[in-house]
Amino acid sequence: MLSIKNLHASVEGKEILKGINLEIKAGEVHAIMGPNGSGKSTLSQVLAGNDAFEVTEGEVTLNGENLLELETEERARDGIFLAFQYPVEIPGVSNLQFLRTAVNAMRKHKGEAEMNAAEFMKLAKEVSKQVDLDPAFLKRGVNEGFSGGEKKRNEIMQALMLQPKLAILDETDSGLDIDALKVVSDGVNALRSDDRAILMVTHYQRLLNHIVPDYVHVLAGGRIIKSGGRELALELEEKGYGWLGIKDDDASN
Amino acid sequence: MATTDNEVKELIKREYEHGFVTEIESDTFEPGLNEDVIARLSAIKKEPEWMLEWRLKAYRRWLEMEEPDWAHVGYPKVDYNSISYYSAPKRKEDMPQSLDEVDPELLKTYEKLGIPLHEREKLAGVAVDAVFDSVSVATTFKEPLAKAGVVFCSISEAVHDYPELVKKYLGTVVPQGDNFFAALNSAVFSDGTFVYIPKGVRCPMELSTYFRINAANTGQFERTLIIAEEGSYVSYLEGCTAPMRDENQLHAAVVELVALDDAQIKYSTVQNWYPGDEEGKGGIYNFVTKRGACIGKNSKISWTQVETGSAVTWKYPSCVLRGENSVGEFYSVALTHNFQQADTGTKMIHLGKNTRSTIISKGISAGKSSNAYRGLVKFGPGAEGARNFTQCDSLLIGDRCGAHTFPYIESKNKSAIVEHEATTSKVSDEQMFLCRQRGIDPEQAVSMIVNGFCKEVFKELPMEFAVEAGKLLEVSLEGSVG
Ligand SMILES: Nc1ncnc2c1ncn2[C@@H]1O[C@H](COP(=O)(O)OP(=O)(O)OP(=O)(O)O)[C@@H](O)[C@H]1O
Ligand SMILES: [Mg+2]
Repeated sequence: MLSIKNLHASVEGKEILKGINLEIKAGEVHAIMGPNGSGKSTLSQVLAGNDAFEVTEGEVTLNGENLLELETEERARDGIFLAFQYPVEIPGVSNLQFLRTAVNAMRKHKGEAEMNAAEFMKLAKEVSKQVDLDPAFLKRGVNEGFSGGEKKRNEIMQALMLQPKLAILDETDSGLDIDALKVVSDGVNALRSDDRAILMVTHYQRLLNHIVPDYVHVLAGGRIIKSGGRELALELEEKGYGWLGIKDDDASN
Repeated sequence: MATTDNEVKELIKREYEHGFVTEIESDTFEPGLNEDVIARLSAIKKEPEWMLEWRLKAYRRWLEMEEPDWAHVGYPKVDYNSISYYSAPKRKEDMPQSLDEVDPELLKTYEKLGIPLHEREKLAGVAVDAVFDSVSVATTFKEPLAKAGVVFCSISEAVHDYPELVKKYLGTVVPQGDNFFAALNSAVFSDGTFVYIPKGVRCPMELSTYFRINAANTGQFERTLIIAEEGSYVSYLEGCTAPMRDENQLHAAVVELVALDDAQIKYSTVQNWYPGDEEGKGGIYNFVTKRGACIGKNSKISWTQVETGSAVTWKYPSCVLRGENSVGEFYSVALTHNFQQADTGTKMIHLGKNTRSTIISKGISAGKSSNAYRGLVKFGPGAEGARNFTQCDSLLIGDRCGAHTFPYIESKNKSAIVEHEATTSKVSDEQMFLCRQRGIDPEQAVSMIVNGFCKEVFKELPMEFAVEAGKLLEVSLEGSVG
């Protein structure tokens, strides 16, 4: 599904990604771990098409199509979804309106008719319950005044509404209490299917107890320096990143 | 992170959709202004002597006045002798008696503008007075209004039919010498709307006027007077458009509202005069004086405005709160784009006891435009227990535009309370990236964000116009991100 070859990217002239190679097939779940500042969010943002980052080398294809040529919204309509590490607020724009605009934009792209208001409301209420957000949240501004955990659940709610092909979850487990972690994991597991892939960035191996990945990669200093299965995460938890030849604090240099 | 500023920068190229010119025979005065011109204007309108005298007095006042330059706008000086002070579509008879007698070309113009002139049209329930260049062409719904005792007619008709009311109130809220543009308007106003709501009457429908500048080199100087007697209520809406022309055109209106005891006037404006092109060429100079007087106790005047048009806007709908417990409100959305300049705001003059006012101003600047809020809140010595709440928010799109806030507070009463909140925000790259990441087009994203920003004001507009206003913002923002 997604193929990344020798991807280099920089921001403000500073190279952050220094040759990433990664193959993700439909149905797979990949976890990316790695020290702070190693480029995990950068990779996520670059895949989603944030043009604050400049791709200087390499290629990325989604089902054979050159992803790097597409605008952010085109990538989204092709099925790329990014759950943000730091979801931004849009005051005054209700969650409901935002979601409906997004869902209808996707439907329009697929040549489907827009969802009517009643149909949409019903679906939105169901999904909000699925992520344990009171439907009253639908009326509030996008992320406006949401707690950290509520924002993360809201990201998963959006993923469930939009049903992406490739969901990139950037630390969606950070800042969640134990119950919320369960809710979010259930949401992600509900997304798992044979024709969908998930790429999740996390610092905690406990998430991987809930969402069992097929592969675990370690990103350090802008490169994937080690890949393995589920057990790699356990090993990392036990030993830290030191044994891989990097120090926790200056991993990005 | 997120999209670069370039994205946002370009989201502001727009086509002005009301920019057509109507081919219509018209009687237009030669450009120029002197006492003869005023006498001719008055004669065409068959005005009584007192009206002409009133105009000439204003004209002499105006000659001694200077054009104000304190506003945060810059524009080449207007040559008042290059403007024609009267232009009217030619008619076979004197005045159209019904819609059937209105020139079909003119009706087509209104149709293009989406104005519900015919009673059958979808906005049924809205009585419309349409002002085309200088004259009022048709007033709908006369009968049901007359049944309720409501007078809704052109000001020219009112001068003939209700001279006592006009004499009693004209110029009492905005005196002739109030300011340069008010004096000019008092001298040359060509038409406008007159509304009278008798005691205890709740006007059975929204009243509405559409203004249209069509002829080239004409100024439009309309004058509106609304009187709400004791315990009455009226909601009034005006909409404005003009063709695209390279020259600037002047619009200097005066609106006066009078609310007696327990009366309420709700006045909404959707202003979409031609703003000029992307290079800043052409467009309307919108120099308007709007003021309401809450004379009676417990009276209330609300101004709601959505201003997206004009090259230069200079406008401060105000309330003089004289009656005890009277209330003034100002809700405003002002959007500027390309080279548009707006200096707008309000004045709340608290004179009576326990008077209250609320100001909610939302300024949106895009392109290279400049948007200023200027507000005065004044408490006289008698304003015991008076309060004001002001909230002034600015939203910037791109980084070449400007937003300015000039709040003035003058208090001669220690018990008066003012609360003031102000914010400035940007449509951020992160917000844009989030929207786009969810599949939403950049244009739609900006308009959604801007609409969210304006929500508090839109909810004050009559329903169907709130929708209209939302769409207008969308059109006005076209091309502001790329
Ligand atoms: N807009 C930017 N301007 C300058 N530097 C940036 C920008 N965005 C990211 N960086 C830098 O790029 C490096 C990688 O950042 P990134 O956010 O990808 O790290 P991360 O692996 O997600 O870290 P964390 O685990 O803390 O979330 C960091 O050194 C960061 O400071
Ligand atoms: Mg990160």
